[in-house]
Amino acid sequence: MRGNPESHHFIDAANLDEILALLAKEPGEWTAIAGGTEIMVAHAAGRLSAKKLINLWGVPELSNIVVTETHLSIGGGVTFNQIRHDATIIAEFPLLAQAASWIGSIANQSRATIAGNIVNGSPAADAPPALLVYDAEIELISHKGTRRLAYSDFHTGYKQSLLLSSELVLAIHLPRHHEQQIKYLRKVGTRRAMAITKVALAGTASSVHHAITRIRIAAASVADRPLRLIATEAALLNEPLNESTLSRARKALWSEVRPIDDLRSTAEYRKQVIANLLDEFLTQIARSSPS
Amino acid sequence: MSSRQFAIQFTVNGQSARVEAPPLKRLLDVLREDLGLTGTKEGCGEGECGSCSVRMNGALVNSCLVPILQVEGSVVETVEGLTVDGELHPLQQAFIECGGAQCGICTPGMLVAASHLLSHTPYPTVDEIREGLAGNLCRCTGFIKIFESVISAAAKKGSQAHAR
Repeated sequence: MRGNPESHHFIDAANLDEILALLAKEPGEWTAIAGGTEIMVAHAAGRLSAKKLINLWGVPELSNIVVTETHLSIGGGVTFNQIRHDATIIAEFPLLAQAASWIGSIANQSRATIAGNIVNGSPAADAPPALLVYDAEIELISHKGTRRLAYSDFHTGYKQSLLLSSELVLAIHLPRHHEQQIKYLRKVGTRRAMAITKVALAGTASSVHHAITRIRIAAASVADRPLRLIATEAALLNEPLNESTLSRARKALWSEVRPIDDLRSTAEYRKQVIANLLDEFLTQIARSSPS
Repeated sequence: MSSRQFAIQFTVNGQSARVEAPPLKRLLDVLREDLGLTGTKEGCGEGECGSCSVRMNGALVNSCLVPILQVEGSVVETVEGLTVDGELHPLQQAFIECGGAQCGICTPGMLVAASHLLSHTPYPTVDEIREGLAGNLCRCTGFIKIFESVISAAAKKGSQAHAR
């Protein structure tokens, strides 16, 4: 059944303070909407349960990308179109620019925001694996002030997170690393455009003399949340890239992923493909490693 | 602000528009029902097919996913705005000449997405056209004739520019 716009209360507020005051005053009553690429889909299908909506689109405090000496900060309301075309992101965080360019279509990218992608909490979301390998921090804001957490701690289960009903995502902060890193990102979907991920893997690494000195690996659609692969990283760190390391890494990978059967793929396929993607990333490290 | 009716002012195809609508009403429905601009089509209604594509403040958007409250003060361009003084846009002419339109449901969205592409990339490669139109689904043409239409329009625009 088609949703009726008159059955939802939808308001605009004068500024961010007013939005936060309302979220605090009536906890859990209000749902924030920015680009609408999730909420309007639910509305059109008549399954939008939120009765009270507050507008976040165009809130200036959430709309900018700011570069400092140490960090690149992306406001929660920044769109994927802004992200994929930002010169600093392209130069220093290319995996994020690439992930942004894979989200839906051009029309989706001009509306979908980074905070929406995160807060929606889909394990298949495109941006989170890139954010995880770049050691992102997430800054939340409420009427009481702000708090800053490691993004890898933010998602706590299927569509569960540490976000309180009084909070919004103010910004994502990415520490700037100036050293050259090996980088990897691959998304496996049904088609190239407009596809939701069956399996995706992101990775960054540095290596010296065929041994890995720093590594970050994260994946989508292999668990109930976007997942940083801590055990797999540990199996590889400071190890030479040989057969026995690769075999231990694969074992560690399979110990920490929890793929499921769903309408897009099967657990078995995901388990195999995530291991193949890891192999491809490690092969790339081996090839790039100065000997 | 009531959830019932909300007065909103914005610009459509260069003309000022003022409507009263529930704030969550879709831009698509306001265009078609309140303003009589039925060129913009509804396909999937969930941002997958692109037949409701319009430009809002210079960005390509799916009008089925834009609540009208967010359109206040914006500049919206629909397929009707492509034709100026009865003269077809080079893209519209090219779609006719190259067989880029068949049943017609996707055509307005294709034209708007293609005009958006040409606005920032006047001479697109085939890959750029494929990406620019990836959010617009067509079940008739197999897409090739649409890509040819965009290439032809870009070439024609270029030759017109050179002639001037």
